[in-house]
Amino acid sequence: MQDAPTPEQLLAAVARYLRDEAGPALAGHGDNALAYHARVAANMLDTVRRQGLLAPAADAAERARLQTLLGSADDDLAILNRQLAEALSQGRLDGTQPALADHLWRTTFDKLAVDQPGYDTYRRLADPPPSPDA
Amino acid sequence: MREPGAPAPAWQSTLEPALAAALTEAGLAGAVVQGLTRLSGGASQQTWAFELLRGSQSRPLILRRSPPGAAERNSGGAGLAAEALLIARAARAGVPVPEVVCVLQAHHGLGDGFIMQRLPGETLGRRIAAAPRPVLARQCGEALARIHALPLADLPPLRRTQPRTEVDHLAGWHARHGTVRPVFQLALRWLADHAPADVAPALVHGDFRNGNLMVNLHAEGGALVGVLDWELAHFGDPMADLGWLGGASWRFGASARPVGGFGQWQALFDGYAAAGGRVDRARVHWWQVLGTLRWGVICESMGHAWSTGAEPVMEKAAIGRRASETEIDLLELLLPRSATA
Repeated sequence: MQDAPTPEQLLAAVARYLRDEAGPALAGHGDNALAYHARVAANMLDTVRRQGLLAPAADAAERARLQTLLGSADDDLAILNRQLAEALSQGRLDGTQPALADHLWRTTFDKLAVDQPGYDTYRRLADPPPSPDA
Repeated sequence: MREPGAPAPAWQSTLEPALAAALTEAGLAGAVVQGLTRLSGGASQQTWAFELLRGSQSRPLILRRSPPGAAERNSGGAGLAAEALLIARAARAGVPVPEVVCVLQAHHGLGDGFIMQRLPGETLGRRIAAAPRPVLARQCGEALARIHALPLADLPPLRRTQPRTEVDHLAGWHARHGTVRPVFQLALRWLADHAPADVAPALVHGDFRNGNLMVNLHAEGGALVGVLDWELAHFGDPMADLGWLGGASWRFGASARPVGGFGQWQALFDGYAAAGGRVDRARVHWWQVLGTLRWGVICESMGHAWSTGAEPVMEKAAIGRRASETEIDLLELLLPRSATA
């Protein structure tokens, strides 16, 4: 068993350092481009942290939905998604099926909760609603 | 900013006299180039700002160029000389654009490109989307109608495209990234099933959106000062420009104002009609879906360019994770929640 701080806590610490200390210090030296990239780096670490926290449960739910939708026993999420993409491309499945529409929405919400939780369309539509500080 | 006493960078001693020589040929003899600053761009395309001093007068200018020997990254682009000609033609038709001061020639040794007026105003999307600007939305419609009415015979040769060709192009581009995205496949299928018929081609700006518009924020309701970034201009369906402008990716959080986060569709359409254009709303919607998908594929392409090592810039990796924004926007367009929940 590994010691604390946890990976999530370490990532949060580095992100906070980049956002609150390194970025402003670079801006103070007059380098706005470097300061901007420090913020980008902090946001990337936040994405990694959220993916570690949220993706395992989201992936399991997505896998179960896909197995039902596709009538497949396959366990590999990438293969299941490829099968869904092909079915949509060929028109064998389409958005008129409520279960499919529901699956695409849920999967998309789960993606944005990890990589773009501040995006306007997500914040307006997400179900359940995102936390205010996400 | 350079430290006092530090040597001037090498480009300064070569670029400044070459610019002065080019401007002298354009009738601005005795001009001195000052304050040259790189604004943006990679190895293939650069934008520089500088001041042109003549006597007591100072004129803010912009240099857009691809340096000598630079490979063209966007093979579908119009090319900078063509861009300069388009801007000049658009100006003649009453479209607000920067004045082209001089087109670079081979003997200037500056590469391909042109020098243009540096317009005062704001281009930052978030600031422009911070308030309703109905006048700006209407003026965008007017500018687009005038662009779309330009006689093609007066224009440089450009890439030609039709709706269905664009769907095939996006499908192929997405496939080359090797990513698996069911929502993109849903959108590609919808676009193929609903593609409008071919049209008589018009000049399409190709990147007319909040971020490429110079805006006077102090004017009541906003005011369009200049239409910038003509490098994606081509001949095709004029409704493509309206659909692209109304995409969610350029609203900067102001979803209640679909046109660039600053205006309503009706104001855009009214301006377009007032300047002699004819709006086809079904086509605009189709191009809005295509434009949303296009931005998603562009995000993907940046992540892809980072992962292959072609563009090893950290931010490209981050932009790769923005393709999901277009997936939720595509779902809102194609499978609205109210209809499925």
